[in-house]
Amino acid sequence: MSSMAVHSLWTTAAEPLDKIPAPHIEYTQLSPVLIVLGAALVSVLVEAFVPRKARYHSQVFLSVLALVAAFAAIVGLAAGGYGSTKAHIAAMGAIAVDGPALFLQGTILLASLVAVFTFAERRLDPADHGHKVDSFAAEAAAVPGSEQERAAVKAGFTTTEVFPLALFAISGMLVFPAANDLLTLFVALEVFSLPLYLLCAVARRKRLMSQEAAVKYFLLGAFSSAFLLFGIALLYGYAGSVSYATIARVVDGSIGAVDPALADTMGNDALLLIGFAMVLMGLLFKIGAVPFHMWTPDVYQGAPTPVTGFMAAATKVAAFGALLRLLYVVLPGLTWDWRPVMWGVAIVTMLGGAIVAITQTDIKRLLAYSSIAHAGFLLAGVIAATPSGISSVLFYLGAYSFVTIGAFAVVTLVRDAGGEATHLSKWAGLGRRSPLVAAVFAVFLLAFAGIPLTSGFSGKFAVFKAAADGGAGALVVVGVISSAIAAFFYIRVIVLMFFSEPKADGPTVAVPSPLTSITITAGVAVTLVLGLAPQYFLDLATQASTFVR
Amino acid sequence: MENLIALLIGAPLLGAAVLLLGGRRLDKSGHWLGTLLAAVSFVIGLVLFADMLGKSADDRALHQTLYTWIPVEGFQADMAFQLDQLSMTFVLLITGVGTLIHVYSIGYMEHDERRRRFFGYLNLFVAAMLLLVLADNYLLLYFGWEGVGLASYLLIGFWQHKPSAATAAKKAFIVNRVGDMGLSIAIMIMFTTFGTFTFGPVLAATGEASEGKLTAIGLMLLLAACGKSAQVPLQSWLGDAMEGPTPVSALIHAATMVTAGVYLIVRSADIFNAAPDAQLVVTVVGAVTLLFGAIVGCAKDDIKKALAGSTMSQIGYMILAAGLGPIGYVFAIMHLVTHGFFKAGLFLGAGSVMHGMNDEVDMRRYGGLRKYMPVTFITFGLGYLAIIGFPGLSGFFSKDKIIEAAFAKGGTEGWILGTVTLIGAAITAYYMTRVMLMTFFGEKRWQDDENGRPPHPHESPRSMVIPMVLLAVGSVAAGALFEFSGFVEWLEPVTGFAHGHSPISAAAVTTATIAVMVLGVGLAYVQYGRRPVPVVAPRGSLLTRAARRDLLQDDFNHAVFVTGGTHLTRSLVYVDHSLVDGVVNGTAAAVGGLSGRLRKLQNGYARTYAVSMFGGTAVLIAATLLMRAV
Repeated sequence: MSSMAVHSLWTTAAEPLDKIPAPHIEYTQLSPVLIVLGAALVSVLVEAFVPRKARYHSQVFLSVLALVAAFAAIVGLAAGGYGSTKAHIAAMGAIAVDGPALFLQGTILLASLVAVFTFAERRLDPADHGHKVDSFAAEAAAVPGSEQERAAVKAGFTTTEVFPLALFAISGMLVFPAANDLLTLFVALEVFSLPLYLLCAVARRKRLMSQEAAVKYFLLGAFSSAFLLFGIALLYGYAGSVSYATIARVVDGSIGAVDPALADTMGNDALLLIGFAMVLMGLLFKIGAVPFHMWTPDVYQGAPTPVTGFMAAATKVAAFGALLRLLYVVLPGLTWDWRPVMWGVAIVTMLGGAIVAITQTDIKRLLAYSSIAHAGFLLAGVIAATPSGISSVLFYLGAYSFVTIGAFAVVTLVRDAGGEATHLSKWAGLGRRSPLVAAVFAVFLLAFAGIPLTSGFSGKFAVFKAAADGGAGALVVVGVISSAIAAFFYIRVIVLMFFSEPKADGPTVAVPSPLTSITITAGVAVTLVLGLAPQYFLDLATQASTFVR
Repeated sequence: MENLIALLIGAPLLGAAVLLLGGRRLDKSGHWLGTLLAAVSFVIGLVLFADMLGKSADDRALHQTLYTWIPVEGFQADMAFQLDQLSMTFVLLITGVGTLIHVYSIGYMEHDERRRRFFGYLNLFVAAMLLLVLADNYLLLYFGWEGVGLASYLLIGFWQHKPSAATAAKKAFIVNRVGDMGLSIAIMIMFTTFGTFTFGPVLAATGEASEGKLTAIGLMLLLAACGKSAQVPLQSWLGDAMEGPTPVSALIHAATMVTAGVYLIVRSADIFNAAPDAQLVVTVVGAVTLLFGAIVGCAKDDIKKALAGSTMSQIGYMILAAGLGPIGYVFAIMHLVTHGFFKAGLFLGAGSVMHGMNDEVDMRRYGGLRKYMPVTFITFGLGYLAIIGFPGLSGFFSKDKIIEAAFAKGGTEGWILGTVTLIGAAITAYYMTRVMLMTFFGEKRWQDDENGRPPHPHESPRSMVIPMVLLAVGSVAAGALFEFSGFVEWLEPVTGFAHGHSPISAAAVTTATIAVMVLGVGLAYVQYGRRPVPVVAPRGSLLTRAARRDLLQDDFNHAVFVTGGTHLTRSLVYVDHSLVDGVVNGTAAAVGGLSGRLRKLQNGYARTYAVSMFGGTAVLIAATLLMRAV
C-alpha cells in the first residue's frame, strides 16, 4: 500500500464524528427481525427477574408470541407487496426485503415455532424429584455426574435459558438470508451460531456426548468462520466494498472507479476467486455439504434432539438463503466460474450423504447423513441458475424443514431407561407396539425418500426439473441415483419397524403433551398437503423468487 | 326422452349398490328389489321404444351426455349415451330376458343363503351390459365390457365353495383378458388414427384411414369379440362357465353377454366394411366356431355343457353373418335376438330339470321326464324346435336368412360358407334332438345322488315356470314377428343393408335347410330314440372322445401356453436370479462396502474434521482458479 493511500485512510477516519449521518432504518420492514430480537432481550430479562417457578411458562409464552407476531409481520409485509413490487434494500443497504427473504424468513419462523414446542415438551420423561423435566440439563454449567448437578436436579432447576438462546439464534437466521452486505452476513452468522453452540451442550441425558458435540461444533464453526471472514476481506480487497450490489457491479465491470486506497488490489481476479471460494466454504459448512459436513453427524447425535431438529431445519433454510443470494445477486457475473465447482460439491454431497448413511446404526446419525444428502439435492436446484431454480429451492426448504422437525420430534418419543432409544436395533417391531407413531415416522421417511404423494416428492421433482432445465442433466442423473441409494436406508427403517419382531426389552413410546403432538401433526399435515396439492405453494415460491439487487 | 337413458342404466345400478352394500337386513326382501328394478328398467325401455317407433326412421337415435368422463385436453371421453335402433334392440332383449330371469331366480335360488348377493350381481350385470350397448364411444363401451366381464366372473364363481366353480371363474377371467387386450389395443389404434373415441366421428372417418390400420383395428376388435363371445380360439372358457347357477348361464352365457362380440362387430360395421381382409377373418372364425361348438355339443353328456356348445355354435352363426358385411349384419342381430329367447328358454328348462333331479346334470341319468315335468317339457320342446329351425318357429327365419346370406357372399367363399352353415344346421338338429331324447324320452335312468336320495322329479314352482312359458312364446313367435314386421327396415339406418345375390334361389336354400334338419333329427332318433341309452357313456370314436374334451382345446392351451409360459417364466426367473440379482447385489455390496470404508473417515476427532475442511477449501479454491484458467 502506498503512503498516499495510507494517508487517505487516516484522514478519512479522522473526520469529525458529528459528520456521520444517523442511519436511516425502516423499522416496519425490519419488524420481523426486530420483534424476535426484542423478544430475545425481554426473554433475558425474564430469566433475570421473573421467579424461577413462573419462568418456564413466561418463556414459552413469550417465545411463541414473538414468533407468531413476527410471522404475522412477514405476512403483512408480503401482503403489502414488499415481496414483489416494493422489494428494496433496507437499513442503509444492509438488509434486503424481497421475495426470497420474506419467504425464507416465514419458513424459518414457522419451523422455529414448531421446534419451540418440542423445546417446551415436559412430559416425555417421568418427573424427577417431583419436578417436571424437559430435554435440557438442570444446570448446564454443572459438571456431569457431580454433586452440584445432583443438587440442581433436586432443586428442580431447569435451563429455561434455551428460549432466549433460541430466539437469538432465530433472529440471526432471519437476518442471514436477507443480509445484503458481507459484514451483515458475517454478523448474522455469528448471531445464530453462538447460541446454537450453547444449545448443543445442554442435553439432560448423555451430557458428555452433548458437550463434546458442542465443543466440536464450536471449534469447527470458528474455523469456518475464519475462512468466511478472510474471504470477505479478500472480496473487499477486490471490490472496495462489502455491499453485494457494488461487488456485483465490479464483477460485471459496470463500475471501474478505483478507490485510491485499494489501487493495488481492486479488480484483481485472484482475490475475487479465492475470496469467493472462502466465503462459499463458510456457507457450505453451515449447509453441511461434503467435505465440510463432518461435524453434522456428531453434532446431530450429541445435541438434545429438539435442538437437532431445530438446527437441521432452520439453519439449513437460513444458510441456503444466504447461498442463493450470494450466487444469484453478488456473483451472477461469475456463473461460469462457480457452476463447475458447485457441480462437484453437489455430486459428492449427494453421493457421500447417501452412501455413508447406509451403514449407520443410530437413527439420529442416519438422519444427519440424510440431511447431508438433501443438502446435495438442494444444491442441484441452486446450480440451475434460473428463476425456477430459486423457487424450487425455496419450496424444497419449506417442505424439508417440516419433515425434519417432525422426524426428530418422533425420535424424542421412542425412549427406554437411558433416555431416547436412538440405536436402530431398538426400533425393531415398533410398528406392532405403536402403530400410529411408527406410521407417522414412516410418512416422514417416505417423504425423505421422495415417494410420491409426500412433500419430498414434490420438492425433489421441482429441484431436479429446475436443474435439468438449467442444463444440469448429468447432475439430475446423479441425484436420482443418490435418491435410489437413499431410499434403501429409509425403507430399511420402515421394514425394521413393521416387519421385524419386537424385542423383549424394547423401548416404550412416551405419550407426549399437546406440544409435541402439534409439532408432529404439523409435520405430517405439511408433508401430505405439499405432496397432494403442492401447486399453491409452488406458485407462492415462484412469486417469491425474485431477488432485489 | 333423452333423460330416461341414464335412468335405464341407473335403475339396476342402484339395485346393485343397494343390494351389495345394504347388508343382511335386505336378505329377506333383496330379491324383490332386484327384480323390481330390472323390471323398471324394462318398462323404461318400452317407453323409449314406443317413443322411437313414433319417429321417422332417420331421426330415431337419441343422445344424452351426462358429463365429461375424462377431461384431459386432447383425450376426451364423455359419459354419454346413444340410443339408436341397434341399441334399442339390445336394451329390450337385455331388460326383457333379464327381468324374466330375475323372476326365475327368485324360485331357483330360494334355498341359497347368499341370494341377496346373487341378485346384486345380476343387477350389476344388467347395468354393465346396458352401459355396453348404450355407450356412445368406445372407451365407455370398454368400461361396460369390463363391467360385464366382472359380473360374469363373480357369477360363474358364485358357488365359490366348489373349487371347480372358482377355477372356472378364473379361467373365464383369464381367457377374457386376452380378448380385452384386443379391445384396448383397438381403442388405442383408433385414438392415434382418429383422435377420438366417439362412434360417430370414428365411423364417419373410416374413409380417411389407411386400410392397413383399419384391418389392424378390425382384427383387434375381432379378438375382443372372440374372448367375450367364446369364439375359436378363445372359446375354452364357456363350457366351464356352466359351473355358475343356471339362471346365470341363461342370461349371461347364452342370451346377452356372450353376444356382445356380435354387437361390437355390427356397431363397428364401417370399419369392417372398409377392411375386407378383417371381414374375411371374421367369417372364418364364425364358420370354424359354428362347427366346433356343434361337434362339442354332440359329445357332451352334461346338459348344460351340451347347451354351451350349442351357444358357441349359434354365436358362430352370428359372427359369420356379421362378417358378411351389409348383407349379414341385420340377420346377425335378428338371430341374436331369437337365440336370446330360445337359448334362455332352453337353459331355464335345463335348470328346471336339474331342480327336479337333485341338481343332476348328466343326461344319461335322465330319461322319460316328459310325464313328470309337462310344462318344462313343452317349453323346452318349443325352444328345441326353434333352435333346430323347425318351419315357422323363430330359429327357422333367422338361421335361414344367415344361410342364404352366406351363399350370397358369392364366389368360392360363398359356397364354402353356405355349405358350412348347412352342415352346422344338420349337426344342430342332431345334438339338440339328442338332448331332447335323452332327457324327456326313453326309460328312466335315474340314480340316487351322493347322499343316497332318489330323485323325485316334479314341476318347478310358478316363479320358474312363468318365465319359461314367456320365453317359449318368444321362441315361437319372435322369428315370424321380425320377418313380417320389417326388422330389416328397422335396423337398416344403423347397420346398412344390401340384398345379396345368391347363386341358388331362396326356395332352394330353405328346402335344403329343412332337409338337413330332418336328416339330423332322423340320425339322432335312430341313435338315441330307437336304442336304449347306456347309463355309462361308451368309449366312442376318436372324434367323440376328442369332442368330449372340447376338441382338445384345453390340452392345446395347456401344452402351448401353460407349459410354454411356465418354461418362459422359469428361464426369466433364472436370468433374474443369476444375472439381474447378481448385478443388483453386486452394486449393493459395492455401495455398502464403500459406505463402510467412508464411514471410517468419520473418526470423531475434531482435528480430522478440520483437516477435511481445510483440504476441501483448498480444493475449492484450486478448482475455482482452475476453471478461470481453463
